[in-house]
Amino acid sequence: MTATQERPTETGREIGRDRRRKEDQRLITGRTRWTDNITLPGMLHVAMVRSPFAHARIAGIDTSVAQESPNVVTVITGADVADEQGSLPNAWPITPDQVTPAHPPIAVDRATFAGEIVAVVVARSAAAARDAAELVDVEYEELPAAVDLKEAAQATPENGGALAHPELGTNKSAFWVFDSATAGTGGNVDEAIEKARDDGIVIEREYRQQRLIPAFMEPRSTVVDPTGEQITMWSATQIPHILRFLLAAVTGVSESKIRVIAPDVGGGFGGKLQTTPEEFIVFLLARRLGKPVKYTETRSESLVAAHHGRDQWQKLTLSAEKDGTVTGFKVELLADLGSHVSLIGGGVPVLGAFMFNAIYKFPAYRFNVQTVLTNKTWTDAYRGAGRPEATYAVERMMDELAAEVGVDPLQIREKNWITHDEFPFTSVCGLEYDSGNYEAATARAKEMFGYDELRAEQKRRRESGDPVQLGIGVSTFTEMCGLAPSRVLGSLDYGAGGWEHASVRMLPTGKVELLTGASAHGQGHETAFSQIVADRLGVAFEDVEVLHGDTAISHKGMDTYGSRSLVVGGEAVVKAADKVIEKAKVIAAHLLEASADDLEFAGGRFQVKGTDQGMAIGEIALATFAAHNLPDGVEPSLDSDATFDPVNFNYPHGTHLCAMEVDTETGQVRMRKYAACDDIGNIINPLIVSGQVHGGLVQGIAQALWEEAVYDDAGTLVSGSFVDYLLPTAADTISFDLDHTTSPATTNTLGTKGVGEAGTIASTPAVVNAVVDAVRHLGVNDVRMPCTPERVWKAINDARGGGGDVVAAETEAAAAPHFDAAEGTEGAGR
Amino acid sequence: MTRIQLTVDGDSVSDDVEPRQLLVQYLRENLGKTGTVVGCDTSNCGACTVHLDGQSVKACNVLAVQADGCDVTTIEGLARNGALHPVQEAFRECHGLQCGFCTPGMIMQSLDLLKDNPDPSEEEIRLGLEGNLCRCTGYHNIVRSVQQAAGTLSGSAS
Repeated sequence: MTATQERPTETGREIGRDRRRKEDQRLITGRTRWTDNITLPGMLHVAMVRSPFAHARIAGIDTSVAQESPNVVTVITGADVADEQGSLPNAWPITPDQVTPAHPPIAVDRATFAGEIVAVVVARSAAAARDAAELVDVEYEELPAAVDLKEAAQATPENGGALAHPELGTNKSAFWVFDSATAGTGGNVDEAIEKARDDGIVIEREYRQQRLIPAFMEPRSTVVDPTGEQITMWSATQIPHILRFLLAAVTGVSESKIRVIAPDVGGGFGGKLQTTPEEFIVFLLARRLGKPVKYTETRSESLVAAHHGRDQWQKLTLSAEKDGTVTGFKVELLADLGSHVSLIGGGVPVLGAFMFNAIYKFPAYRFNVQTVLTNKTWTDAYRGAGRPEATYAVERMMDELAAEVGVDPLQIREKNWITHDEFPFTSVCGLEYDSGNYEAATARAKEMFGYDELRAEQKRRRESGDPVQLGIGVSTFTEMCGLAPSRVLGSLDYGAGGWEHASVRMLPTGKVELLTGASAHGQGHETAFSQIVADRLGVAFEDVEVLHGDTAISHKGMDTYGSRSLVVGGEAVVKAADKVIEKAKVIAAHLLEASADDLEFAGGRFQVKGTDQGMAIGEIALATFAAHNLPDGVEPSLDSDATFDPVNFNYPHGTHLCAMEVDTETGQVRMRKYAACDDIGNIINPLIVSGQVHGGLVQGIAQALWEEAVYDDAGTLVSGSFVDYLLPTAADTISFDLDHTTSPATTNTLGTKGVGEAGTIASTPAVVNAVVDAVRHLGVNDVRMPCTPERVWKAINDARGGGGDVVAAETEAAAAPHFDAAEGTEGAGR
Repeated sequence: MTRIQLTVDGDSVSDDVEPRQLLVQYLRENLGKTGTVVGCDTSNCGACTVHLDGQSVKACNVLAVQADGCDVTTIEGLARNGALHPVQEAFRECHGLQCGFCTPGMIMQSLDLLKDNPDPSEEEIRLGLEGNLCRCTGYHNIVRSVQQAAGTLSGSAS
């Protein structure tokens, strides 16, 4: 690992320790500060009236009965606030000609998805508001709803297809392309495919990324108090800083008059990376009524109204030489935006665009995506945002290629991956991967997994015709995270930068306050950042207090998503701490009557080299506070500010291996073993890292096996409660075998890489590859996610031609081509 | 309104409540016991789990009036004299929580599970927690937490 060897490994006392989390004491004793816990004097409560129809004209709303209901303060419709409610922001128009419908928080004359807010009731209690919401009488005239993604992509006024927004005349929002030939980063993929049709291998598949729901455990809640000089909003959000900026931008209220606080936030997974109608409505109502106002959603509301994720059709063409060396990869996507282009919804597929080549040396690559409006809940980031889709596509295709060539899936990967001595490596997308070692991670994963033994067992079971077959799934993923270099975001027309801010306050008692613009919602920033500061400044872990999630305290920030908090925010912490040391050094030199050049700083002390004279940083903090004896012209402060803008993305990687048992008679699948070796560079807190991986794995596994947001033909979300939207339980999951290899990142001081999304990105294809591998000998080459018993059984049965015995099916399968002509691909990416 | 009288985390309380008020609403809104939270409206998630006369219940599935005369323990009543309950301690020690929203319910259910089965296998733990959803941890470390707590509790009992 050339990149690795040039960099020293961090060897501080705190970094690398399994510190138990500072956050936990309050969380395990119930001393929590969820937004819904907040009660303020005179506080009013909001209940939303939501459209039951996917698409309907609002012919009239009679609020009179609700208005007269006990304890109701007011009832407001979209028409009542049409002039002042503004339009929810889209921060990432991915093309200059992107079609972006107006997005009023309360629908004015047309409801565009089932669950959209059409009226709002304000009452003195939550129960009274909800009771009265039932009494609002809305007259709807149903309109044709654009529900199916492929059909929506084809709809025009001429062909009579349903349009999500008829006035736009199309459901197509934006068409975005990356082509390595035109970018100058690689060859022409169509030429590669044509050549392979003559003398190589061409694999064509179409995969479905089903619609998912982030389903954070804490339902969203917002309280706005307008009674102070600043209007204060508490909200269950991942992005208090971005929210404050956009509240100001949309409403015209001065940014300096708005304070946003994200108190304890119960998970997000991208689902709280949004500026929501509910937040804007509560903000508007509190200002209008002059009283604190609160809204907390029910779970049923959350599932239908908080943004969804994924939802793509992927048309994929992979070309290779006969020996399995890939020569080109062409990706054509359809992406379902839902009813509106949300904060970064249009950009989610673009975040994946640079990752379909993954860890491989593909010489030619082309990606395009058509984003499409439909009458369904709008989509946006969900853990991984774009990269799970890419990883799924490429890792499934590599397995298909391996099957075609007739070699082990790991062998095909090894043939195509970047070797450890080739870093830094510029990918076919033009990204520079700074470090990695795919060989090492794979070797360790195989060892943990018992790869050869499980392959032998698989062979035995196949030969014996065991009704329960064993499949082994491989996923050698990488991802781009640590969002993001501001210049790159600018080049992609994203509306903001990707830096992060930190500030250190040295208190006179030697204690330290660290302010960070990263906004934790379960990750453990308070612990991990304390470890960094403790090492850097040589103070006790317990003496560091990490403050975040309040724009009046940590005044500047880009918040938490995209596995960025440590690799971007953590680097800002390092820089802020280093500035404190620089400032303290000048004062220490003065107090020690030594030259600054003669001082060395270690273990929290400035020492005059070669002497026993020195001062602890805490003593300098007190002397600076007293300010009795400072050098001329030096300010009496050690406090610092630092803002870090990364120069590159960050590329964690890993090898995940999954063993699945598939009952060929019932289609039931069962996870037998899962081993993952991730390389996320240097690790600050191994305990937190393993937790991130475990949780990430289960979310990715859940996409493979259980979760799907299902709509009926009318556009009603059928899986609208936890009864129908299947979050995995403890009984559905297993314990995992984890380990790490270490190729430190070369683009940040700590050598760290992001880990928040890694498990989710890696695990989905590992599981589906295992399911398919278990029954590939029966002629199955795909099972649509989630791999329910019904789908698995049907795939097996279809492969058997709807009947016949296993032996006959095997014989047919051996003769059958691996490519199934996919249905209805015409819409993809045109 | 109906008058109810009950014990919550060791304190006697008495209130007039609407017959339709849920126990979880009563705990949160009337008593300020906000450590107990609401995560769903279909009694699937278990975030609101408390003990009613020593038995775990989902407090969104019990009316306040049904708790009349009962002894209710919430997450806020577990620690004694500043000392964490061994199950709380185990969740912290094994990193059995991340965002912490499901944690009160998860801890209360774990206690119930261990009361019924002081030495559960991994499978028994997983089945015993089936009614409590967590979105952060993937359950791996929650299972470890319960295993560790089982060891501590059996050690202190013997």
